[in-house]
Amino acid sequence: MPWNLDSDRPIFIQIIEKIQMDIISGQYAPGDKLPSVRELAQEASVNPNTMQKALSELERTGLVYSQRTSGRYITEDTAMIAELKSTLAKDIVTQFLDKMFRLGIPEEEVIPFISKIIEGDDHDTVRM
Amino acid sequence: MTLLECKNLTKKYGKHTALNDISLQIDGGHIIGLLGPNGSGKTTLIKLITGLLCPTAGSVYVKEEPIGPASKNLISYLPDHSYLNGNLKVREIIDFFADFYEDFDSLRAYDMMAKLQINPCQKLKTLSKGAQEKVQLILVMSRHASLYILDEPLAGVDPAARDYILDTILSNYDEDSSILISTHLISDIENILDGVIFIKDGLLHTHALVDELREQDRKSIDTIFREVFKC
Repeated sequence: MPWNLDSDRPIFIQIIEKIQMDIISGQYAPGDKLPSVRELAQEASVNPNTMQKALSELERTGLVYSQRTSGRYITEDTAMIAELKSTLAKDIVTQFLDKMFRLGIPEEEVIPFISKIIEGDDHDTVRM
Repeated sequence: MTLLECKNLTKKYGKHTALNDISLQIDGGHIIGLLGPNGSGKTTLIKLITGLLCPTAGSVYVKEEPIGPASKNLISYLPDHSYLNGNLKVREIIDFFADFYEDFDSLRAYDMMAKLQINPCQKLKTLSKGAQEKVQLILVMSRHASLYILDEPLAGVDPAARDYILDTILSNYDEDSSILISTHLISDIENILDGVIFIKDGLLHTHALVDELREQDRKSIDTIFREVFKC
């Protein structure tokens, strides 16, 4: 099953995002070994050079490290993974807030709105 | 190391200039799309590289060899038309290739035939058009060549088999070899390309890395192609 990649954004960036997500969501545990470039490229249906570029970039950020002969591993630095998680979460919230403001929902109404949805009380959401 | 080098290639058919002063280099380990509208000179360029045509001016080198028997040994070429004898059975054609090319891997060929459900005991001409195309592509990809040149490899093949074929291409080329694919089905293959060559009216329009083009234009290669070659 090829990965779900858009053609209008650089593929290596999307691969980085996908692997980051797999790390954060626990698909890959800290210290896990990554498949080889070729295996990953085939799984994703992308060019091995593109996969190589994405992995090098992940290595540069420290999220992945390579053992000279035995391959690439996920970092064991759980603090780094937690930090990445909060960075990504912050991005999502920023985008969300931006959309809410564009809908004309004022800042003070955002939190009550979210609380209502979390409580499952979404009948009222229509009546803001 | 430079795998393919074209220097100031020009090809004229009578008064018509099909290719005009094309210079380019391809290194090992890449999958390059050769893209251009009908009549832009793609097949002419391919025929010059494979030694089926002589350039009017300029030269081609494959691993620093001029075009000749040595360069042909390094190139595995899928032409846009079949040249195989339709009366032969698929396995006879496999034997023929194994005789003809030192670097031909019969096991690999039989393996791929089985995966694509092609019966090696059938005569080539009794297979469907798509199946015949698959056979040809399998033969070409079963060689351990340095440069694979595929002229329209996907045209008659259904989308499901296309995925398998792309997978085959990805898994069967050696790390130091390169693949040059000419096709109109850009959106199907653009994720496996790392480089792209646009040819427009016989001239080299673009030779770039696909992710750089995407980053620059924020568009897919398919969209960029449609814009460059808008009629």
